[in-house]
Amino acid sequence: MPTQPALRTSGLCKDFRGFRAVDTVDLEVAEGSIHALVGPNGAGKTTLFNLLSGFLGVSAGRIALFGRDITGLQPEQIAHLGVARSFQITSLFENLTPIEHVELALQGMTSEGYSFWRSHRSMHKFRPRAEELVEEVGLTSMAHRPAGLLAYGQKRALEMALVSALDPRVLLLDEPTAGMGMEDIDRTIELVRRIATGRTVVFVDHNMHVVGSLADRVTVLQAGTVLAEGTYDEVRNDERVVTAYLGEADHA
Amino acid sequence: MSNLTTDADTAHFDLPSDRGEGHGRSPLRWLLLAAGLAVAVALPWFVYPPIAMDILCWALFAIALDILLGYCGLLSFGHAAFWGGSAYATGLVAVHYGVPFPLAVLAGMLFAMTIAVPIGYLSVRATGIYFAMVTLAFAQMIYFIANQWRDVTGGENGLQAVPKTFFGIEAVETEAFYFYYAALPMILLGMWAAWRIVHSPFGRVLVAIRDNSPRARALGYDVERYKVIAFVLSAGLAGLAGGLFAISHGFVSLQEVNWTTSGKVVLMTVLGGIGTLWGGAVGAGFIVQLEDYMASSGFEGIGIVTGSVFVIVVLLFRRGIWGTVAHLVSSRSTRSAGRRG
Repeated sequence: MPTQPALRTSGLCKDFRGFRAVDTVDLEVAEGSIHALVGPNGAGKTTLFNLLSGFLGVSAGRIALFGRDITGLQPEQIAHLGVARSFQITSLFENLTPIEHVELALQGMTSEGYSFWRSHRSMHKFRPRAEELVEEVGLTSMAHRPAGLLAYGQKRALEMALVSALDPRVLLLDEPTAGMGMEDIDRTIELVRRIATGRTVVFVDHNMHVVGSLADRVTVLQAGTVLAEGTYDEVRNDERVVTAYLGEADHA
Repeated sequence: MSNLTTDADTAHFDLPSDRGEGHGRSPLRWLLLAAGLAVAVALPWFVYPPIAMDILCWALFAIALDILLGYCGLLSFGHAAFWGGSAYATGLVAVHYGVPFPLAVLAGMLFAMTIAVPIGYLSVRATGIYFAMVTLAFAQMIYFIANQWRDVTGGENGLQAVPKTFFGIEAVETEAFYFYYAALPMILLGMWAAWRIVHSPFGRVLVAIRDNSPRARALGYDVERYKVIAFVLSAGLAGLAGGLFAISHGFVSLQEVNWTTSGKVVLMTVLGGIGTLWGGAVGAGFIVQLEDYMASSGFEGIGIVTGSVFVIVVLLFRRGIWGTVAHLVSSRSTRSAGRRG
């Protein structure tokens, strides 16, 4: 029996006032794989991410998660179905500490957030797991300081702790290494690899070193359509891709 | 008005989050609580008792509003609907059924929460200034209903002769001084409820939604449902305050559902300090006293004075009275700089 792909889009389109940002994209992400989306700026990568995670409604086409149609579901519903996403621009709660962030993420998968009659100390039951996750991303020393005070790389690390707190089946990572120095990039690659164990990962990144060392499959987008798909080496040697994207990235 | 919304939107940069216990300074916390209770108990000895009762009611009202304004970042400009709606419902139950006043107030509170469900459901989709306008529009609808439905509400004449029925205890039923102490537990219970809501897992989610709502959704939180629940809880506490206000005055005027009432409670909350909860009580005490003082000295331009106070606070003390004091205290203690974004 053939297994369902973790994510499948068919004929996916997104229009913004006449401008087609995503144009009939058919994408298949195999369960357990690490799948990279690359392409020049404006290729529709982040829009595609927002469609997959429910932050944007689709204009046409369907999205299926393990064979189940999730088209038109709200972001929180998709999160409850086991899809966690990170954000390209670091997106945290400035006033909460890393531990509180992770507690909140752990609680998000339960319905205990509604209990307005309880003390917030009841959230301490998530504390041991939260501490583990914070340690896993190397933030233990900053665990109790407001996230607004974290350095950029630490904020990105906290993003990773948040998505893995949801214990998702599918992880959507929007530029996990954006704006990082070489050292942080290598640590993030390690981290993604660790979190990806037993999960399906779709990520966007501009850094070819990251794509090359993480991705099992690479899909190249250009102007909202799929330009090429294959392994990193196949895609890298594809002539259309070289002219459209990699050629321009090589001297970067 | 747009100034106000901006204030609400940016308020979280100034506020500590809801984290409480375990971060020290708990002796100060207990001291403040004791001082607050002492003031609440002693108030009618120093202030004309009906005015003291007004202060209590407005204090709870302002605290109820702060759950939305300070902890959800939603500026409701229509909370008169719940305060006044409950005042009418409480008054009608008290007049027609003659039940003890706490029961009548409870009925008014339930009424406020009931109308808050559809109003909240339809309002929380909007944010910022649009939320303020939608809530204002709904409150005006309630106002027109109260004005038109004369047979029941008394229209412009108001609802007269609301009794303070209280198990036949005459002192409470006739003397404002004793009524104050009969009503005080209900107000304190309401304030405790507000504190509990803000310092609960639910309150933590509200702060998260206020600070970064897309992020909260990605973590699996149904943002709109949380906002509706917060809206209904806030309306319930506003209703509790409004119902007691109606009983205390023995009269419900159309004024209670007017937009000026919505504006006044926003003024109190901002004055006391958005997102501080107890600041609302300070703001309420200040405004009620100021109005009483000016009214008794025969000064007509109350609006000019309260309006000027409001402008000064928004321009110079954005944290409000409570927020400014709390900030001074905390920046004097060892806490290092930072926290402000």
